[in-house]
Amino acid sequence: MSVTGVEGEERDDFSRAESKQIRARSLRLLGSLVRPLRWRIVGTMVVLVISIALQVAGPALIALGINTGLPALLDQNDWMPVALIVGAYVFTGIVGAALAAAFQVISARLSQAILLDLRKRVFLHTQRLSLEFHESYTSGRIIARQTSDLDSIRELLDSGLTQLVSGLLYMGFTAAALVILDPVSGIVLAVSLIPLLLLTRWFQVRSQTLFRQTRVASARLIVHFVETMTGIRAVKAFRKEPRNARQFAGHVEDYRDANARVIRLFGIFDPGLVLIGNVTVAAVLVVGAFRVVDGALLIGSLLAIVLYTRRFFDPAEEMAMFYNSYQSAAAALEKISGVLEEKPGVPDPTTPIDLWKARGTVHFDQVKFSYNEDAVVLPDLELTIPAGQTIALVGTTGAGKSTLAKLIARFYDPSEGAVTLDGVDLRKLHPKDLRRAIVMVTQEAYLFSGTVADNIALGNPEASREEIVAAAKAVGAHDFIESLPNGYETDVNKRGGRVSAGQRQLISFARAFLADPVVLILDEATASLDIPSERLVQLGLQTLLADRTAVIIAHRLSTVAIADRVLVMEHGRVVEDGTPAELIAGTGKFAQLHAAWRDSLV
Amino acid sequence: MSTTTPDQPRLSTFRAIARIYPYAKPAMPWIYAGMGAALAAGIVTLIIPIVLQGLVDGPLATGDPGQIWPAALIVLVLGVLEAVFIMLRRLFVLTPGTHIEARMRNGLYAQLQDLPVAFHDRWQSGQLLSRAVSDLNLIRRWLSFGFVLLIVNSITIVIGFVVLINWSLWLGLLFLVMSIPLWIYGYLFENKYSVIARRAQDQQGDLATAVEESVHGIRVLKAFGRGKHSLLKFADQAELLRGTEIEKAKAIAGIWFWLLLIPDVAFALCLLGGVALAANGELTVGELFAFFATATVLRFPIESIGFLLSMTFDARTATDRFFEVMDEINTITDPDEPATIAAPTGRLTFENVVFRYQDAAADTPGTLNGIDLTLEPGETMALVGITGSGKTTMTALTTRLYDVTEGRVLLDGVDIRDLTREELRRHIAMAFEDATLFSASVRDNVLLGRPELTESDTPEAAAEAERVLTEALEIAQADFVHSLPSGVDTTVGEEGLSLSGGQRQRLALARAVAANPAVLVLDDPLSALDVDTEALVEAALRRVLATTTGLIVAHRPSTVQMADRVALLQEGRITDVGTHSELLKRNEHYRYVLSSLEDEELAAAERVDRELKQAEEEGRRRDAIDRESRVIDNEGEVTR
Ligand SMILES: Nc1ncnc2c1ncn2[C@@H]1O[C@H](COP(=O)(O)OP(=O)(O)OP(=O)(O)O)[C@@H](O)[C@H]1O
Ligand SMILES: Nc1ncnc2c1ncn2[C@@H]1O[C@H](COP(=O)(O)OP(=O)(O)OP(=O)(O)O)[C@@H](O)[C@H]1O
Ligand SMILES: [Mg+2]
Ligand SMILES: [Mg+2]
Repeated sequence: MSVTGVEGEERDDFSRAESKQIRARSLRLLGSLVRPLRWRIVGTMVVLVISIALQVAGPALIALGINTGLPALLDQNDWMPVALIVGAYVFTGIVGAALAAAFQVISARLSQAILLDLRKRVFLHTQRLSLEFHESYTSGRIIARQTSDLDSIRELLDSGLTQLVSGLLYMGFTAAALVILDPVSGIVLAVSLIPLLLLTRWFQVRSQTLFRQTRVASARLIVHFVETMTGIRAVKAFRKEPRNARQFAGHVEDYRDANARVIRLFGIFDPGLVLIGNVTVAAVLVVGAFRVVDGALLIGSLLAIVLYTRRFFDPAEEMAMFYNSYQSAAAALEKISGVLEEKPGVPDPTTPIDLWKARGTVHFDQVKFSYNEDAVVLPDLELTIPAGQTIALVGTTGAGKSTLAKLIARFYDPSEGAVTLDGVDLRKLHPKDLRRAIVMVTQEAYLFSGTVADNIALGNPEASREEIVAAAKAVGAHDFIESLPNGYETDVNKRGGRVSAGQRQLISFARAFLADPVVLILDEATASLDIPSERLVQLGLQTLLADRTAVIIAHRLSTVAIADRVLVMEHGRVVEDGTPAELIAGTGKFAQLHAAWRDSLV
Repeated sequence: MSTTTPDQPRLSTFRAIARIYPYAKPAMPWIYAGMGAALAAGIVTLIIPIVLQGLVDGPLATGDPGQIWPAALIVLVLGVLEAVFIMLRRLFVLTPGTHIEARMRNGLYAQLQDLPVAFHDRWQSGQLLSRAVSDLNLIRRWLSFGFVLLIVNSITIVIGFVVLINWSLWLGLLFLVMSIPLWIYGYLFENKYSVIARRAQDQQGDLATAVEESVHGIRVLKAFGRGKHSLLKFADQAELLRGTEIEKAKAIAGIWFWLLLIPDVAFALCLLGGVALAANGELTVGELFAFFATATVLRFPIESIGFLLSMTFDARTATDRFFEVMDEINTITDPDEPATIAAPTGRLTFENVVFRYQDAAADTPGTLNGIDLTLEPGETMALVGITGSGKTTMTALTTRLYDVTEGRVLLDGVDIRDLTREELRRHIAMAFEDATLFSASVRDNVLLGRPELTESDTPEAAAEAERVLTEALEIAQADFVHSLPSGVDTTVGEEGLSLSGGQRQRLALARAVAANPAVLVLDDPLSALDVDTEALVEAALRRVLATTTGLIVAHRPSTVQMADRVALLQEGRITDVGTHSELLKRNEHYRYVLSSLEDEELAAAERVDRELKQAEEEGRRRDAIDRESRVIDNEGEVTR
């Protein structure tokens, strides 16, 4: 069995092969993040090595001071050796500290560069992934990946990595100094490494599963949190608060429990390291003391040996912390690499066909489409929309109108057959050309927090203020925008909560006007408008759509007035197709709909 | 707003963090115990050098190997003890620490659910999220690690100094004096660092917001092919955060430098002094040995002060951010002595209601500016007005999503502010203009307003739930749910199956109907439905609305026709109330808002109208002539 992408993300019981596969992809990701920075990393290491070497020199200098400086002073009243040694000590102190401080900044630059790279990659990749992915993965999880998961990676990079490298170097240098000073103690130290490794391995195996659980638990928590805050009005109106609180408390408890279990494990690991260290110190002491008594070892050397041994294990705690954050980050990296491994369901073409100047003929060539296997939404669609034609698409709810529209905008690819623009399969069309040529105003008018002008400018980021205002005027949004406290500079708040539903639709309409596409798709873009505004919009549309292809989905049949052709959809099939006049005069579904609609007016 | 710090006088770090105390209180004994254990571990490590000194000056000086074993044994025991104490510290502190975090998180969530919609309008959800997750994480780690070690290491350092002075007065004092610059620097560090830490945390929240918007608005971004464009914006923000983080690292590097340098210089000077003192015979070699051993033990606590301090300041800003939400005063609360309506009839009254959004200046006219309107029990009232006239705002006032600025809203004669929110929202159910479904089964979504049915295990409740569900789905014409993969048990919402716009809207409508309220408030409930389905839903809704009071926001004549009366909202006031045809006849603005007929059709309608009127007039004239002639006749008779 294999796990690709975000599959199996909620599990924590991977088989050996799966674990290996996941680890491999995490490492690949890590490698690709680190590779561009490798020379900077080397440089950083050099700084670190020197600074640690200087710090490690301390006890040796003290030993030297006691072994040679003191006798020289006693015997010959010679201050020179002591002064030299003290001078050397001060020098190593200053340079060591300066380098350590410099390292702090350099390594922060490094880790921030990696984080920035990772953030951008995840962001861009999630933008590339198809709607299909987003619909099943949920926004909360992506937010979790970008926040809490990236946090744990940041922790690893920020302190963990420094701890690891400096810890390892520190231990290495200390061990080397110890071996040079006294090989026998070196052997004692080497023996102590065996339990050290065993303990670490135990921790690694046990903690991996637990860390995965914390990631899953935190993602669930975030998903729930985001959903509540997004739907806060409905939560309040339907008194969901107590039920939510219970559910959330469950997630919080799961997360707490997962965390506590990791912590408890670490609570054994960390003192275990200290224990090994202290036992080793005692052993070194015994081995050294007997030799001092024998005269085989100088007393100053014993001091240095004991200090070194003790200091050898000093970073052990830090290393344990590193290991902790490493495991946590590894679990996070697994999830992130999973998202990055997801292949876009609607991939960009490898050899794109350019279409500089589209005319706007859209063709559905034997298209079959289903969101999932069980239900086919569009069984077999054959449809040509000539350039410049305005089509009204009507039909019962759930008939597949939005689906058809989304296929033209290439939110999805057909399961079978092809959708073409000017004869070019959308799958092969250059994405830039595709988006320039085809624009869709979706059923839900989403505004981003930011100013009104920014939101309209999304249609064309290069547009000048005049163009933005012109677009707003064309859809009749200008007046209300001007009446907002700061006009075009008013912040619309999150999701455009600052303006009314109809105003949101007007703004997203203006956005589409500004984009100025060859093919415009309007999916119930006027549903929340009042009739006067709708009429204004239609007036604007009539001029705009004169030489454009357009698909207008609307339940208010008033739209039909500006259409050249009407399509009636039922259960994913086009059941009627003709000019408005023909259909109204006929006896079909549309004639009936139209009559019913007429009756409903006034 | 969300990212600016309020201009309150800044609390000292101690006072700011002390605000966690109520949450930490149950765990405090454990934290103290943890400190005790940590202190014990610290002291043990300080004792080891004393034993060493005894060893150096004793058996090693005299060359008596017999004494080595006991000394080594003591060192071993002390070493084991240290490990045990460290383990105890972790055991004591860490699990209670997670409980504190959980308690704070639940508290924050409860507060957020309680705070009014106006608060949520103002706050970016990414900012809330980063408070709920990273900030609380930070506080937990600080409490169970940073706090304990900060206290314990400080004590260890003090004790260590005492021990050092004990070994050698001069050397100890030298060490002490040398550390003074550290304290000064530490103080300066706080001011500098706290500001940066705060900025970094806020920027993280902004980044979370950007991510959230980029996924929630993914359809728009895709429709315009603006993925790259939004990446640029996101990258700018991420870049800002990077800058702040590097600045933070620089601040840390500053204190790190002094923390490393000063002990080293002190060591060097002590070496000089120590050797001199030993040369003068004022210090034994063993004492010198022990002095350095002790000083070495002290190095870690001293060095650790740097990151412990930065961690403390991080925790402080996290606490500040947490309490910014917790301190928010909820303006929409339950009354102390709530009234209750035992059997609501559903009379809904707006009495001179004025409402102004929070960001509107006080001198501008409110969005609603003196609404007077009464919905009689059982009556269905349509609310009509142009886009942005305040219809949604008015509906939001009925369930206290916002509170009126002036005037009052009454339900059965009771000011809704005198009811508990729970009761009010039980009596009034809403369907919003955007159909929010939660990640749950169709059944749970529809029965959301009936927790008493879904949460009870009795068979009667289950049967009743089933009945309510079926009826509500039928009224909303949501029979499509039966063709979903698992019928009414299919999960919908974000974590479930995606539905078409009209399907979502019908479920939201079914949800409002299933709540079986006294008053139904529906905000443009049929906007996404096709003509046929709309007609079916209207027919079914009419049945419900026959007995339920209804306030229905409408843009279309078809919806308006469901209503008994129509209220016209214009410039913040209800300017006219009457039946659809009455208003159509007498109110020009109403005709403007609701008439979908083309101008010439309107003219035609008017012509018909005029003809009718003419005919009427004609009739009246004829009547008059008739009467006149009769009078004449009578007169004739009289004269006769
Ligand atoms: N993302 C999706 N995943 C799975 N099924 C979907 C998805 N979107 C829509 N469907 C289903 O596909 C069918 C057609 O949906 P579509 O949105 O195209 O309808 P529509 O004609 O636009 O209806 P409406 O008028 O209500 O907007 C519906 O049965 C719907 O439940
Ligand atoms: N949260 C808010 N803060 C400030 N102003 C707001 C807020 N929400 C709405 N407004 C403003 O208040 C006015 C009324 O908005 P409301 O949503 O009530 O209109 P509406 O009548 O429901 O319009 P529509 O028919 O478009 O839904 C609008 O001008 C809008 O810009
Ligand atoms: Mg649709
Ligand atoms: Mg509204």
